[in-house]
Amino acid sequence: MAITRSTELSLRLDRIACEGHGACAELLPELLSLDEWGYPVVHSAAVPPGLAAHARRAVAACPVLALRLERSRP
Amino acid sequence: MTAESVHESTRPMPAVPADGSQPGPHGTRLLSGWFTTGRAADLADHLDRYGPLPLDRAHRGHASPLIHAVDQAGLTGRGGAAFPTARKLQAVADGRGAAVVVANAMESEPASAKDATLLQLAPHLVLDGIALAAQAVGAREAHLCVARTRQQQARELHAALAERERHRVDPVPVRLHELPHHYVSSEESALVRWLNGGDARPMSTPPRPFEKGVGKRPTLIDNVETLAHLALIARYGPAWYREAGAPDAPGTTLVTLGGAVRHPGVYEAPMGAPLGRLLAHGGGPSEPLAAVLVGGFFGSWLPANEALPTRFTKQDLAALGAGPGAGVLVALPQRACGLAETASVLAFLARNGAQQCGPCRFGLPAVGEDFAALAFGRLDVDGLRRLEHRVGLLAGRGACRHPDGASRFAATALRAFAADVERHLHHGPCPAVHQPPVLHVPTGSVPGADEWR
Repeated sequence: MAITRSTELSLRLDRIACEGHGACAELLPELLSLDEWGYPVVHSAAVPPGLAAHARRAVAACPVLALRLERSRP
Repeated sequence: MTAESVHESTRPMPAVPADGSQPGPHGTRLLSGWFTTGRAADLADHLDRYGPLPLDRAHRGHASPLIHAVDQAGLTGRGGAAFPTARKLQAVADGRGAAVVVANAMESEPASAKDATLLQLAPHLVLDGIALAAQAVGAREAHLCVARTRQQQARELHAALAERERHRVDPVPVRLHELPHHYVSSEESALVRWLNGGDARPMSTPPRPFEKGVGKRPTLIDNVETLAHLALIARYGPAWYREAGAPDAPGTTLVTLGGAVRHPGVYEAPMGAPLGRLLAHGGGPSEPLAAVLVGGFFGSWLPANEALPTRFTKQDLAALGAGPGAGVLVALPQRACGLAETASVLAFLARNGAQQCGPCRFGLPAVGEDFAALAFGRLDVDGLRRLEHRVGLLAGRGACRHPDGASRFAATALRAFAADVERHLHHGPCPAVHQPPVLHVPTGSVPGADEWR
């Protein structure tokens, strides 16, 4: 097996910090939606390479820094 | 719960010569002192029965004989998650620097009384477990967390700790802490947060406490019953431990039996026994049963015909969407309304979240209201669909597992009481909703922001 650093990205949401602003779901509807009160529902935490730029924008748009992007542990 | 509420048919018997490895009446281990003498064990009683602390078997590290013995014994956590205790011990022992031990006696589950009973009747078994675990993981401090509302319990534990200090029993100091008594305050990250000077409310994880807990140190958090079993395993070994219970669910466990059983109370029973046999410890059902609530308010409803033959193991219960939890079994009689009981509990769970995460602040109250409409008033088919959707959206969406518990409680009720759901949908509430409830649900409002410290 080739030894390479994992480039898989995954979303991590701090549920306590989240205030339901909803910017993340607007910028990343492929992976996130909102419940009826505006709080995010994560449909898939794994971020496909093609969505990495959108995921970064969603992370940057959160006004309370509740959304983060992490390199998945292999 | 008082000592008197342990089995009423028990009579004090003459004291037998000290050998705690011999099971007491009814196969008891943790509670054998009570069943033999009929009184709470002080330090002298305790030492007579079990002998001194075997601290030599509990040094830190990979070769810790105690961690190995706990692993061989197959001890699992008795606080609810049934996680292998040895793995937790090893993870903390492998951490960097001095560790911390926290004994969790918060017992916030309203239907449970086993931790309070154990601490009342055999406090020194628990305190031995704390000392031995501290030695095994390399801790220099230990904390025992109890609910602030149980003043009598705190007094008794202070006295027990003072007695041990006088006789220099414990190798590390054990501090007793009285925390706010809220449902989610017993969650392990809430204990860490409180001990670090914050609110007794759950935190976002990771880091998990075993990595970075009290004072940022590797922290072992175990339920007090787990620690009491550990104290016996340290003395008598894994082969002895496995003489009770089943190969896939060894040892004994404390259970709190409630509802329609002849003698509700706390009992010690073999793990892996069918639920029907566990209920027999309390005299069996007092009337025909509709369902059994397994695990308390954080648990699952199972139809009686499914529940009674099912073995009390993590695997067997998981196959039915349930788990051993903290050993609570509530027998629901056929005359009761399972939907009304569920609605009251969901309203309690909604009031008793930490009010930190969106799903608990909004989703849980909405589920509670929908369920109350189903049980007590009118809910149409669209309403039921909305309820099911909301229930499905709760799980996995909080910092802690509180919404997951509420979701499971509601989902298993809709399944176990499916025939009642149909009747309520089409004919409104059944007559049973006006009867006094079987489950005792504490009243009280949402804790204020200043009530968490």
